[in-house]
Amino acid sequence: MKIVAVAGYALLAATLMAAAPAFKPVTAELPPDATNFPEGPNVKTVNQNCLACHSADMVLDQPLLPKATWTAEVTKMRNVYKAPVTDADAALIVDYLTATHAPP
Amino acid sequence: MSAPSRRSVLAQGGGALALAATPAFAAPPTAPDFSFPGGNGARSLTKDFPQKGTMVLQRSRPPLLETPFTDFDNQVFTPNDKFFVRWHWSVIPTQIDPASYRLKLHGAVEREVSLSLSDLTSLKSVAVAAVNQCSGNSRGFFEPRVPGAQWGNGGMGNARWTGVRLSDVLDKAGVKSSAVAARFTGLDEPTVSEGPAFKKSLSIEHARQSDVIIAYAMNGKPLPLLNGYPVRLIVPGWYSTYWIKTLSDIELLEAPDDNYWMKTAYLIPDTPRADMKPGQAGVTMVPINRMVPRSFITSVGPDAKLKANAAATLRGMAFGGDCGVAKVEVSGDGGQAWHDAKLGKDEGPYSFRPWTARITMGAAGQTTLAVRCTNTKGEVQPDMPNWNPSGFMRNVIERTPVTLT
Repeated sequence: MKIVAVAGYALLAATLMAAAPAFKPVTAELPPDATNFPEGPNVKTVNQNCLACHSADMVLDQPLLPKATWTAEVTKMRNVYKAPVTDADAALIVDYLTATHAPP
Repeated sequence: MSAPSRRSVLAQGGGALALAATPAFAAPPTAPDFSFPGGNGARSLTKDFPQKGTMVLQRSRPPLLETPFTDFDNQVFTPNDKFFVRWHWSVIPTQIDPASYRLKLHGAVEREVSLSLSDLTSLKSVAVAAVNQCSGNSRGFFEPRVPGAQWGNGGMGNARWTGVRLSDVLDKAGVKSSAVAARFTGLDEPTVSEGPAFKKSLSIEHARQSDVIIAYAMNGKPLPLLNGYPVRLIVPGWYSTYWIKTLSDIELLEAPDDNYWMKTAYLIPDTPRADMKPGQAGVTMVPINRMVPRSFITSVGPDAKLKANAAATLRGMAFGGDCGVAKVEVSGDGGQAWHDAKLGKDEGPYSFRPWTARITMGAAGQTTLAVRCTNTKGEVQPDMPNWNPSGFMRNVIERTPVTLT
């Protein structure tokens, strides 16, 4: 009941707000994204697989992560998000990430 | 309300103070380096996204855009074109036809309904000011670092949301007494069709609360498409993961939701402040839920210069999490002495609350400013950061190193 009381305070009558907006058709164009992964072992495999679902900066902005963490990330992409990556390619991708983006 | 007037600055004796109170944050945003532990915190700015102004680019696809921190200074409501953006799947709506847009209600209901936008806006209109914050806001500061969106502190924003009560919308379909949860889906789709569609649930009791709304306006204007146009769910006091964008489907469930995004993702340790040790075993995990208090200094950025042995006026904002702000305290000596800040206008318990503080700085040299919020439930921001493997719910006391000259 306490939450309801708080809510009564938070919810202002909207009479001072503009009435319901006139909805207009909206078309949005997202910026092109053609950036490849930087050079490294197996980079061709990385570009072929990873860029299908997300831009390279998703990976490049991550902290340096150990091989076990990269393996878990690639496994999650395959098992949870159903990325169609073969066993062989997954191993090559983990090798790339470990070579280019892991602590020394 | 918080910027010192020119006259008061002059009355307090000096141009130096005026300069000190006008730090780099008054300038247009520059590409940030968040100085994350271990590095890799440099980001670029982008103006390339539709209906958005200059944003910090965290990820191009799916879009992940952070609000430049300068945009939190001196304005309690975050402008729509500067509000942060986060999508899970790369297949996101880029075309909305309001005439054919429908919100479908189905599952444990008396009658399935498919509501047009006119159907929605014919319901009673309500408004609420509320902070929308990503569960992983500030994740880049976690130590040890964890994978995920490497946000600075700008994965949040505050807006006045106008819309209709979710409970009124649920009544259109008539919720059966067997329903235990309401599950929400938007127009985004898995990139790979077998992947789990992004869906989130609230208990039926929560969904019925009068402060949970479906918003069609944000700060008095239509939502930007990347923020959920034409309608999104607003769950005041709870993390953004529940605030489903381009809301198109509500399913009433007769059993707790076991979909991936509720059962496996977005879990926190069921411990105070969602805190645990790296590798700690046997921790019970639960879905993330309510927010916790935070506060920030916005008028002074890191490495600013302030006048030694003189009073400085600082300003910023705070929020209580899922309740109001009771108190904000500021320290000019790294947290040894705390001084009460003056709270600004109260826009409601879920909003940012502006504050100002006038504190006397010490002798020349390096020092650290700090700010902490106590919410109306008595929770205070902690000295030590929390840690969990997903990088959720950071709310440690923020510290800003400055030089006194």
